[in-house]
Amino acid sequence: MNTMSTTFAPTEAPGTAPAFRLRTMSHTNLAAVAAWGGAAAVTAAWPDQTSWLRTSLLAIFEVLGALSLAIAAFALPAERLPWLNRLAPWFTALPIALSVWEMLTAKTGLLPLPFFPPPQAILEVYTDDNGRLAESAARSMILLVPGYLAGALTGFAIGVAVGWSRAVSYWGHPILRFVGPLPATAWLPIAFFFLPNSWSASTFLIALSTLFPVAVLTSSGIKSVSSSYYDIARTLGANERFLVTRVAVPAALPHVFVGLFMGLGASFAVLIIAEMMGVKAGLGWYLQWAQGWAAYANLYADLVLMALLFSAIISLLFFVRDRVLAWQKGMVRW
Amino acid sequence: MVTATHKTAPEAGITGISVQLRNLSHWFDKGSERLPVLDRIDLDVAAGESVALLGPSGCGKSTLLRLMAGLDAPREGKVGADKVRIIGPDPSRLLVFQDPTLYPWRTIRQNIALGLEARGLACEHGHRVEATLKQVGLEGFGTALPHELSGGMAQRAALARVLVNDPGLLLLDEPLGRLDALTRLTMQAELLRLWQDAGFTSILVTHDVEEALLLAQRIIIFSARPARILQEIRVDAPYPRHRDAPELQNLRRDILETLGHSHEL
Ligand SMILES: Nc1ncnc2c1ncn2[C@@H]1O[C@H](COP(=O)(O)OP(=O)(O)OP(=O)(O)O)[C@@H](O)[C@H]1O
Ligand SMILES: [Mg+2]
Repeated sequence: MNTMSTTFAPTEAPGTAPAFRLRTMSHTNLAAVAAWGGAAAVTAAWPDQTSWLRTSLLAIFEVLGALSLAIAAFALPAERLPWLNRLAPWFTALPIALSVWEMLTAKTGLLPLPFFPPPQAILEVYTDDNGRLAESAARSMILLVPGYLAGALTGFAIGVAVGWSRAVSYWGHPILRFVGPLPATAWLPIAFFFLPNSWSASTFLIALSTLFPVAVLTSSGIKSVSSSYYDIARTLGANERFLVTRVAVPAALPHVFVGLFMGLGASFAVLIIAEMMGVKAGLGWYLQWAQGWAAYANLYADLVLMALLFSAIISLLFFVRDRVLAWQKGMVRW
Repeated sequence: MVTATHKTAPEAGITGISVQLRNLSHWFDKGSERLPVLDRIDLDVAAGESVALLGPSGCGKSTLLRLMAGLDAPREGKVGADKVRIIGPDPSRLLVFQDPTLYPWRTIRQNIALGLEARGLACEHGHRVEATLKQVGLEGFGTALPHELSGGMAQRAALARVLVNDPGLLLLDEPLGRLDALTRLTMQAELLRLWQDAGFTSILVTHDVEEALLLAQRIIIFSARPARILQEIRVDAPYPRHRDAPELQNLRRDILETLGHSHEL
């Protein structure tokens, strides 16, 4: 038995014998807790080659990792446990990887500095340079969000027009086909030359990179709407406006979301390049700045932050999609 | 001969729409060739009449219904409604398609309200949606999504989407084709009751000879493509009809014989 502890559930009906509920910790959870404990031991007990400021803080975090997993295994309601069990291999692999990294860098120096900073060096960036990182993240968002939204809206409008109207499609479709494959970054010299400042130039480029995938996917989505959907609405007395807004657009929404997703990826790429080339602020600029100072720990810390931020934005898009397209996935509506 | 006299007077106040087909021919372009589908069809359907169209698969029945709905224009000849040439679709002439094709992103209630919404009547006549849901036995499924419905329920929802608009001409393209035998029987009775109560003109395409005999006052039999009218049969038996009635059995034999020859002609 892999029993670590038992808890006594309160009896449901007073007067009857108390019902035992045996809550056991699965092997996988146990392994995860042990792995975090082991990582903490490696960090704290094995002296660093050169002294690092945040070694003990790293060890504290690792202990907290072990503790919170152990507490979660017992305190979570039973229906949430499968979720924990499913993630347990990840929770195990993470501290093991961290320890290997720790041993190869801080503990033995097998991987040379400054290219391979230990985990505590990256932790140090977050504790000591968080002001600059936060500002960079904010500056990036100030570029990304307006640019992306402008590009998505324009792309959607163009896509609906090209997808719906033969006349617009005649002129618009070849242009989309011809200009669309150009990466938005190819416009960079022109944009920085013609637009008054680097913010507007970068916003324009981000909008451009979003516009094309959204426009192409929206128009192809609208063109592929089954003609019987239109037949039904037309017999029921729908005018053209109704056909566009209540039939074509909802039917094309699954495609539109694919375009929005692709546009998001393109806009991230443009954001970073625009920041490196001209804006001199933001997470992309921070990368370049860190490289200039050979501050590789800052560089990695920035990359991790970017990954977190960008994947959070993509998760947000998927969250919206899952709600808007609940009918498509056959999910319950709420 | 008896035509519309068996049915009770319309109580909903809808007057049926009469249909005139004059020397109607239709074809589709297939590359450089023509695919002839309808061949010089002449037909009159009186207001409030119930007519069934029978014919081999692929002969052009759905095409004919689309012309009467105004979704396509005939290549030759004329299609009229109440003696006015049809130039486009109109909510007074409604088609229940062979596939239910409900909008998957709308709930059943929203699907049924489609026509009212399209014409800006959703506010005034919104209550009719509930009544129609009930009429087709879908009460309690108003908030369901189309994929949550069985095939028969979806077909009934498609029928409700049309009925809620009080059409004067109801074009039914094998609306019961996919139902199991038992649901079919109840739906046949239901269609009959709707037609008797509401007073619309009903043109029903079906593959089922028995269904035509139970529901229609007149049965039109088409040849294989290109469809020509082979035979018109009046069914005088009073409603509700019984499928075992000897007169229907005789008619049934005649029809099957005509249909059996339809491919040879
Ligand atoms: N939009 C179209 N374009 C080209 N050909 C078509 C089109 N619609 C129908 N046809 C052809 O016209 C013929 C008649 O089709 P239709 O759908 O009217 O047949 P039907 O009598 O309804 O058959 P079924 O009983 O199987 O539904 C078929 O050969 C079909 O291939
Ligand atoms: Mg058909």
